[in-house]
Amino acid sequence: MAKLNMVEAINLALREEMGKDNRVVVLGEDVGREGGVFRVTDGLQEKFGTDRVVDTPLAESGIVGTALGMALYGFRPVAEIQFDGFLYPCLDQITNHIGRMRNRSRGRFICPLVIRVPYGGGIHAPEHHSESPEAILAHTPGIKVVIPSTPYEAKGLLLASIREPDPVLFLEPKRIYRAIREEVPEGDYTIPIGKARMVQEGKDITIVAWGAMVREALNAAEELKGDKIDVEIIDLRTISPIDVDAIVNSIRKTGRGVIVHEAPKTCGLGAEIIALINEKAFFSLQAPIDRVTGFDIPVPLLKSEHYYLPNLKRIVTAVKKVMNF
Amino acid sequence: MSLFEDYHPLKGKMFQILKPEGTLQRNLHPPFSDQDTFNLYQKMLFIRLADQRALMLQRQGRMGTYAPIWGQEACQVGSASVLQKGDWVFPAFRELGAALMMGIPLKTVFLYWMGNEEGSRAPEGINVLPVSIPVGTHPLHAVGVGWAAKLKGDPIVTMAYFGDGATSKGDFHEAMNFAGVFKTPTIFFCQNNQFAISVPRKIQTASQTIAQKAIAYGMDGIQVDGNDLFAVFAATKEAAEKARTGRGSTLIEGVTYRFGPHTTADDPTKYRKDEEIETWKPLDPMVRLKLYLEEKGLWNDEIEQRLTEEAQKEIDQVVKDAEAVPVPEVEDIFKYVYAEMTPQLKEQMEYLKGSL
Ligand SMILES: Cc1ncc(C[n+]2csc(CCOP(=O)(O)OP(=O)(O)O)c2C)c(N)n1
Repeated sequence: MAKLNMVEAINLALREEMGKDNRVVVLGEDVGREGGVFRVTDGLQEKFGTDRVVDTPLAESGIVGTALGMALYGFRPVAEIQFDGFLYPCLDQITNHIGRMRNRSRGRFICPLVIRVPYGGGIHAPEHHSESPEAILAHTPGIKVVIPSTPYEAKGLLLASIREPDPVLFLEPKRIYRAIREEVPEGDYTIPIGKARMVQEGKDITIVAWGAMVREALNAAEELKGDKIDVEIIDLRTISPIDVDAIVNSIRKTGRGVIVHEAPKTCGLGAEIIALINEKAFFSLQAPIDRVTGFDIPVPLLKSEHYYLPNLKRIVTAVKKVMNF
Repeated sequence: MSLFEDYHPLKGKMFQILKPEGTLQRNLHPPFSDQDTFNLYQKMLFIRLADQRALMLQRQGRMGTYAPIWGQEACQVGSASVLQKGDWVFPAFRELGAALMMGIPLKTVFLYWMGNEEGSRAPEGINVLPVSIPVGTHPLHAVGVGWAAKLKGDPIVTMAYFGDGATSKGDFHEAMNFAGVFKTPTIFFCQNNQFAISVPRKIQTASQTIAQKAIAYGMDGIQVDGNDLFAVFAATKEAAEKARTGRGSTLIEGVTYRFGPHTTADDPTKYRKDEEIETWKPLDPMVRLKLYLEEKGLWNDEIEQRLTEEAQKEIDQVVKDAEAVPVPEVEDIFKYVYAEMTPQLKEQMEYLKGSL
C-alpha cells in the first residue's frame, strides 16, 4: 500500500470516483491546467478532460451557484474554493440556496454537491488565507460539514461526501496537507459522515479536536504522559452533524474535557460542544470543560501568527488546569 | 473628438503613443516633457529594482509570499502619477509601483509582505488603502468614497486597481453599476496582465476586451497599451479630468504582461511556456522608454549604472530598516480590532500574555 499525504489522498479519491461515476465534475479556480494551487487536482484534467475538470472564471459565488445548478441536473459537482477567506462570497449561495433547496422544494429539488476548501492557519500564508470559518458553516442548516485530519481519513470521508444526498462542505486543514504520510489503500472505502473517530483511548480527560488540531492534541497527550495524565482524544471529523454520542460517552468515562479549535473563541464550535455536554452529561463532570482556541481577532499576519494558533503549551496548560480543578 | 470617442471600445483600437521600438505613433506626442519622462523612467527603474529585491528576500526566507509587479511598471507609474494629493487609491495586492508613486514608503510595503501589520498603515495624509487580497472586492470602496466626495462637492478622484481576473467577480459588476448610476468620480484601472494565476485572459471572460465592459454600465472605457507610459498617463489624465468635473467614471484596461510568477508561491511553468514570455519581452515597458530617452540623448549606460547603484543603496537601507523592526507585541494583535478593546479581548490578551 502506498504512503500518501493528504493532498495525494484527496487526489486519489477524486481520480477514483471520477473514473467510476461520470456525474462527478471538478470545478474551481486553477483546478485544471495548474492542478490547483495546492496540486490537489493535479493531473485530473489530463485524465478526464476540460469538461469534467473545469477552470472557471474567478468568482466564488459563481462557482458554487452554478454547482448547485449542475447538481439539480444530475451532476455531482466537487467545487474547489481556493482558500478559506474566499469562501465568504459563497455564503449567500450556501445559506440562501444550497442549504435549503431540499427543504424549500419539499424534497422535489436537491443539490448533492461538495465544496472543498483548504482552511486554517499555520503556513505563514498572506492575509485572508488562514481562516477557520467552520462554526459559520455548522450554524447553517441544510449542509453537512466534514473536516479530515489524516490522509486515510481524507480519502474515505471525501468519497462518502461525494455520495452524500446532501451538500457537504469539506474543509481541508492545509497546514497538514503534506505533514502526515500514512498508508492509504487504493480502491473503494468510505468513512461515515456524522461519526467521530476515537483517536486514542484514555481514562483521565477527553480532548475534542478536529482538522489540524488533532495533531496538536496528540502531541499534548504525549507530553502529558510525563505527568501521568491519560488523555482520550476524539477527532470529530464531521462537525455538522456532530456525533454527540461519541462526546458524551467519552465525558461520562473521563469526567473532564478540553476542546481545541483554531477558530475564534466566541461562538466557536467549542461553545456548542460544552452546551451539549451540559445537556447530556452534566452530572458526569468533575470539572468545568475548558477551551483552547484562537482569539476574537482577525488571524494576524505571519510575524504574529504564532500568538494566535493554539499550541502544545496552551493545550497542556488547559489539561492540567482541568485535572487540578 | 475626445480620446474616449476616438478609442471607443467597440472600434477595437488600443491606444498607444510610444511604440515598442521607442518611436512615437504618427501625430501623437508625449503627454509631458522630456524631463518628466526622465524622472518617471527613473522611478520605474527604482520600482523594478525594489520588486526584484522583494523576490530575492522571499527566496532567502526574509519575506513572506510576495506578488511581483515585473512588467506592470508603466501601468502603475503612468496612472498613479496623474493623481493629486487628496485623491484616493484602492490597490489590489500587486501595486508596489502605485503605492510608491502615492508616497507610501518602501519600508511600509516591505513590512506588509514581511508579515507585519504595520505595513498596512498608510502615513497620515496619504489616502492609499491597505492591500486588498480578496480579489475584486475593493472597487466598491472606491465608488463609495467617490460618491461621498461628490455629495460633499470635493473634486477628487478615486482610483481602483485590479486585474483581469477581478472583472469576473460579482462585486466588480456591482461597483461598475453603482459608479454608472451615481456618476462617481472613479477610475477603474484594470491591469490586464493576461493571467489570473494560471487562467489566461481569454477563458476568464468571453468579452473581446475588458474595456468594452464599460459600455453596459453607461461609462467610458478605453483599452490602452499598458506597457506604454505615455498612453497610460494620457488616458488616465483625461479620465481624471472627467471625474473632477462631475462627468463620471471611466474603465481603463491597461494591456500588459506579468513577467514574473503570480506570487512567489507559484510555478508558472505549469501553465505557460517560455516562448510566450519571450514574445512579450520586446514589449517590456522599460525597453521602449529607454530607447526613446537614448534617442534623445537623455539616457546612456553610464547614467543607468549610476542610478541603479543609487537605487540599490537606498533599497539596502530600507531592507535594513524593515528588518530591524521587532516582532509586534501581543497587544498589537488585539488593540486595533475595535475602537475600544472589548472585555472579551482584554481577557484573551491577558490569558495569552500568561501563556507565552
Ligand atoms: C476572491 C478571491 N478568490 C481567489 C483568490 C486567490 N487569488 C489570488 S490572486 C488570484 C488571481 C487574480 O487575478 P487578477 O485579478 O487577474 O490579478 P493578478 O493576480 O493577475 O494581478 C487568485 C485566484 C483571491 N485572492 N480572492
